Amino acid sequence: MPDEQYALEARGIVKIFGNHVALDAVDFGLRAGEVHALLGENGAGKSTLIKILTGAYQPDGGQVLADGQPVHMDNPQQAQTLGIGTVYQEVNLLPNRSVAENLFLGHQPTRFGLVDRRKMERESRDILKRYGLEIDPTSELGAYSVAVQQIVAIARAVELSGKVLILDEPTASLDRYEVERLFEIIRDLKARGLAVVFITHFLDQVFAVADRVTILRNGKLIETRALDAMSRTDVVRLMLGKDVAFSGATGVEDARPMGDILLDFSQYGRKRSVHPFNLTIHKGEVIGVAGLLGSGRTEMARIMFGADAADEGEVAIAGVRTTIARPTDAIRHGFGFCPEDRKAEGIFGELSVRENIIIALQGKLGWFSALNRDEQMEIAGRFGESMDIRAASLDMPIKLLSGGNQQKVILSRWLATDPAFLILDEPTRGIDVGAHAEIVRTINRLRDEGMALVVISSELDEVVAYSTRIVVMRDREMVAELNGENINPGVIVQAIANHHDEELA
Amino acid sequence: MSRSLRPLVATAVIFAIAYALAVMQFPSMFSTRVLGNFLTDNAFLGITAVGMTFVIISGGIDLSVGAVIGFTGVLVAVLIAWAGWHPLAAFALALAVAASFGAGMGLAVHYLQVPAFIVTLAGMFLARGGASVITQDSVPVNHEFYDWISDLIIRLPGGGRLSFIGLLMVAVFIIGALVAHRTRFGSYVYALGGNPVSASLMGVPVARTTVGVYMVSSTLAALAGIVFSLYTSAGYPLAAVGVELDAISAVVIGGTLLTGGYGFVLGTFIGVMLLGLVQTYIIFDGSLSSWWTKIVIGALLFLFIVLQRLIFAASTQGEKAS
Repeated sequence: MPDEQYALEARGIVKIFGNHVALDAVDFGLRAGEVHALLGENGAGKSTLIKILTGAYQPDGGQVLADGQPVHMDNPQQAQTLGIGTVYQEVNLLPNRSVAENLFLGHQPTRFGLVDRRKMERESRDILKRYGLEIDPTSELGAYSVAVQQIVAIARAVELSGKVLILDEPTASLDRYEVERLFEIIRDLKARGLAVVFITHFLDQVFAVADRVTILRNGKLIETRALDAMSRTDVVRLMLGKDVAFSGATGVEDARPMGDILLDFSQYGRKRSVHPFNLTIHKGEVIGVAGLLGSGRTEMARIMFGADAADEGEVAIAGVRTTIARPTDAIRHGFGFCPEDRKAEGIFGELSVRENIIIALQGKLGWFSALNRDEQMEIAGRFGESMDIRAASLDMPIKLLSGGNQQKVILSRWLATDPAFLILDEPTRGIDVGAHAEIVRTINRLRDEGMALVVISSELDEVVAYSTRIVVMRDREMVAELNGENINPGVIVQAIANHHDEELA
Repeated sequence: MSRSLRPLVATAVIFAIAYALAVMQFPSMFSTRVLGNFLTDNAFLGITAVGMTFVIISGGIDLSVGAVIGFTGVLVAVLIAWAGWHPLAAFALALAVAASFGAGMGLAVHYLQVPAFIVTLAGMFLARGGASVITQDSVPVNHEFYDWISDLIIRLPGGGRLSFIGLLMVAVFIIGALVAHRTRFGSYVYALGGNPVSASLMGVPVARTTVGVYMVSSTLAALAGIVFSLYTSAGYPLAAVGVELDAISAVVIGGTLLTGGYGFVLGTFIGVMLLGLVQTYIIFDGSLSSWWTKIVIGALLFLFIVLQRLIFAASTQGEKAS
């Protein structure tokens, strides 16, 4: 046991969901007056650990200690009384109420049983001043930017708890200037002796503000170390668990003839989402998109498909300038998009496999040329066979299928529209090995048939296997375009971690 | 000006203009007599609407209030006329029954996660059916206590009369406004209507607040039923059919957002008065069918819903990056 006193400590935490071990004997120690970054890819166990530290979950093993004393927390309110405050990525305040009420809700000063508004507003003004906010506490919170709301949320958490502050991706929707302002506040809180846990996907921010880092992977503690002894490459390598950085280039690369130019995005971007990027996509090409979670990969895909409209730059399709402001525009031009969050954005759970397959085609045809049942069965049957969809019947609800088969159905949905350009966001996440191979095979086949694809994946080996070109995203910016022998995991890790002081090989 | 105040101001301005126009046509409408009757005639609607304001601000709806008024009227009448209870004892029991009824609905809304629309629709049928099981007929109430109450009148200069039930409504509005705007419970109600997830993360006792809101609504509906019984000196199981919709209209016209989170108890008062004004005008005119009331209320409601949409759409902040 370390002789130093931790403000908040987790010892040997185990958390099991069903038969999945979300956290496996994880230790985590937080000192007063430090900013401690918690890193890990999706599913690494970060949010589970946070929920245990804030009382939202109870551990199945191990214990949580506050100031060296074992504590048991049943709910977030109890954590609050122990001095642990949390601010989430999405500001969890009330935009319909005044700033003062958001700071004090549940703890309003009262006089004769009634809320003492004047006192509440006076104290709010004092608090806001400490955070450098010159805003009227009686005004509605919703009138302010996300950054200001974020600061109000931090102020509330600190005022109510005042010992430990947990920031769960607080910068995800802030711009650079706002992030800098937030960091000033974090440094100030650190100087006041607070212990701050900082969760983010942005490595630059970790190095800018954190003192120590804890890295989790697959529910296991990988490393807790002081940051000044680590380089970006070390951190990325520990997060991805790949000891590949110096494996060297693969060397062999066939000179695949480039097809005609299909799409040309120039200075294409969207404020607060993705910095303008340039990308030319040829027919018969697979462009792999690599980057850590939150690096802007999904945002880029959504802009390409018109799910979020771009607000700068232009796009040309086969040399002709067009606008893609809505998914229907994109579909008309022969685009398809398999989103990352299959359950929420991909499948229609209650509808049958058949209906899920034909729905995009029907959408493209319009209201007045309905596909009859026989046509639907024919189309669904054709894809069911060619994609090897394992379903007892094409009329069973898709939600009963495994993740891999659901993914094949969504892929079929777009293939049925005979697309020229397909965007796949994490097509192989959470699916079994067989389906995985089937999808990779399909990607290769489509490329050879002359389709253009953009494939986003965290699996570096996989991206390397099918991509003809790889673009790397970092901090919502396209930072590198790799081709030829640079397509190997080592170079990609370098590009993801790269910073001006570590030149790309 | 805060945007949540704008619908309230709009309501007040429309009421002032409408009243001025009515007075220009019928100068006798500007008298303490008409104003006093405004309060008396709309007392039960006003009291119901205060409870409805809380429910709607919390993001819910209560369709059962009309039926609770009818049930309370019958229960009170039967207890006094048939069982020989003292009216005060009957009132106390009726309020207690309604409070537990509201608590039941609140529990169902919170724990079963059934939409309030469905739960209170079931509550409406239960209460209306319960009233009809007790009796099918109108039960008259003759009790000296009732006579005493109706004699409690403050005479105003100009022949106006402020009745007990009119003043009771005003008192309920004042207490309601204090609770909504100046207590922790009130702030929890707004929090719930703003965003229930944020509210619970900020430590709002969501279950307790939800149950409280429906208890307030049902209890005030029962109080309205008592007022209605004092007003008509009878209990009838089919009394106050559709009052829930009048109450919802008054709340929305009063500037409360139907989706919750924004609103003022005072606005509801103006809303009730505006509805009363329309009715009084039609009585004064004499030649118009009383159904014109419904048409005007319909037009007003539509106007206010459009107005709120415009105000809130115009001031929505820039969307967040995903």
